[in-house]
Amino acid sequence: MELNEPIAIRIHGRGGQGAVTLAEVVAQAAIGEGKYAQAFPSFGPERRGAPVQAYIRIDDNKPIRNRAGVVYPDIVVVLDPGLLNIANITAGLKEDGILVINTRQALDSIDIKLGDNQKLAVIDATSIARETLGVPIVNTTMIGALVKAKGVVNVESLLEPLNKRFGRLAEKNISAMKKAYENTLVKEKKAIG
Amino acid sequence: MSKRVGIEVSIALADVVGMANTDVVAAYPITPQTHIVEHLAELVADGELDAEYIPVESEHSAMSACMGSAAAGARTFTATAGQGLELMHECLYVASAMRLPVVMAVANRALSAPISVWGDHSDVMACRDTGWIQIFTENGQEVVDTALCAFRIAEDNNVLLPTMVHLDGFHLSHVIEPIMMPEQSQVDAFLPPNKYPFFLDPARPQAMGDFAPPAIYTETKWAQEVNLQKSKETILKAWKEFAEIFGREYKPVESYRCEDAKILLLTMGSYSETAMTAIDAMREKAECENVGLLRLRLWRPFPTDELRKAVENADVLIILDRALSFGSAGGPVGMEIKSALYDVSKKPKIVNFVGGLGGRDITVGNFEELIKKGIDIAGNGSENEFEIFGVRE
Repeated sequence: MELNEPIAIRIHGRGGQGAVTLAEVVAQAAIGEGKYAQAFPSFGPERRGAPVQAYIRIDDNKPIRNRAGVVYPDIVVVLDPGLLNIANITAGLKEDGILVINTRQALDSIDIKLGDNQKLAVIDATSIARETLGVPIVNTTMIGALVKAKGVVNVESLLEPLNKRFGRLAEKNISAMKKAYENTLVKEKKAIG
Repeated sequence: MSKRVGIEVSIALADVVGMANTDVVAAYPITPQTHIVEHLAELVADGELDAEYIPVESEHSAMSACMGSAAAGARTFTATAGQGLELMHECLYVASAMRLPVVMAVANRALSAPISVWGDHSDVMACRDTGWIQIFTENGQEVVDTALCAFRIAEDNNVLLPTMVHLDGFHLSHVIEPIMMPEQSQVDAFLPPNKYPFFLDPARPQAMGDFAPPAIYTETKWAQEVNLQKSKETILKAWKEFAEIFGREYKPVESYRCEDAKILLLTMGSYSETAMTAIDAMREKAECENVGLLRLRLWRPFPTDELRKAVENADVLIILDRALSFGSAGGPVGMEIKSALYDVSKKPKIVNFVGGLGGRDITVGNFEELIKKGIDIAGNGSENEFEIFGVRE
């Protein structure tokens, strides 16, 4: 385990779903707040539809020097509900870590083994993305869920990187992000029973 | 003043190559270098950079076009990686021998077979003896800064040598991180226009790289060697003046927590920062309080004096190579350092590891293991000339 670690986030998605863009926007928002941040993909040839990972590290005070992939995340974000049964999404999740997933399922009906101090956050990001953007691309929606689950950056700080990244499509993406922020449910495993 | 931005390292590099007012880019895209040349193509197509972008059909042609461009006196940039660098191989020797100040970024990548797009230093090491100045970088800021310095060094009329800027593929090329982007006025103050003295001109006919019989070949090669060795003076001067303008200092061999260190780890490139985190952890846990890190930034010309000085108080030197030199007694860096220290009377015990091949991470925990294993081998010896780290046998 690493000492004085930055907050580490691992994103699970499929090639083409924008996991890397999610990581990039969140890191840029953190850097915009004067923090140190790093975002990178799980390196490799891009293959649409294949399971991919992206990583974010954020540190309030000091430059981030660890450049290895995130093995012990504080937060795991899952963009594709289908990955819950394929990828080992909770691998290395810290004892007090948070799992943020895109799912239609109700919070209580989700069957994932979590530790007593780990939290689960859920959002039906696919429906929000379809309604708001017209396409089931959930990366910007899931930014809202991530920030609701743990305030790693302020919502306002996301606006500039989202505007820059999406141009004329930014407004809809910001709206999807905000809807997810408002509707994400977070519960501790203990409370779920 | 310079502006702190969150940006992908490849894009920042391309932006700064644009700010250097580069005249010609000739490049062939290859992972993980692609984003660098894509963004340069974009800058040229959008009219933001007034340069000639030559989309060639191979890396061999890329370097050939770059040589013609540099010989015409144009500021010239290219970038490649892995197999692309190897396809350029014969041209690399020609560029250095003809004293053509091309600047090239190499997004370091493993070599086939089997195919790997991921990073290691196999591509660099295969080009070790090509006569180029070669500088390693360990974070995005260094990539941007080193690119600017590379133009300044390569084009200096006391040098006139092609220069490679090494950035580890993916681990640097694809990371978004905070970088202080320079102001145009700072770049202009630091980087004078390219004044290549031997530019091709119909009014002044000359031949370059001409036929050399045995009577003069040795002299031309020796002149080339003397010139590359001497370039270190200009490199140091450029870094000093860079620090005066930008406030960031660079050295051929850099040290981290080495003041009281008896055990030194030596790394190159992006894994150095992960290694620093491991050294912090080991010192904090009081597991090993006398460990420090050396980073070899300047690879060619090799900084023999600086290296000897950096290890003079050490008992153990653990060297991490990220390439194999097949059939030899160690990794390329390990062998070179052993050779540099052979004639020194008081020298540390050297333990050479090869690891991080084909993009395999060496995590903070792995670095702690590697250092502990290195200390053990230094004390108890090993049957091997070098160790391969983390291999499954």
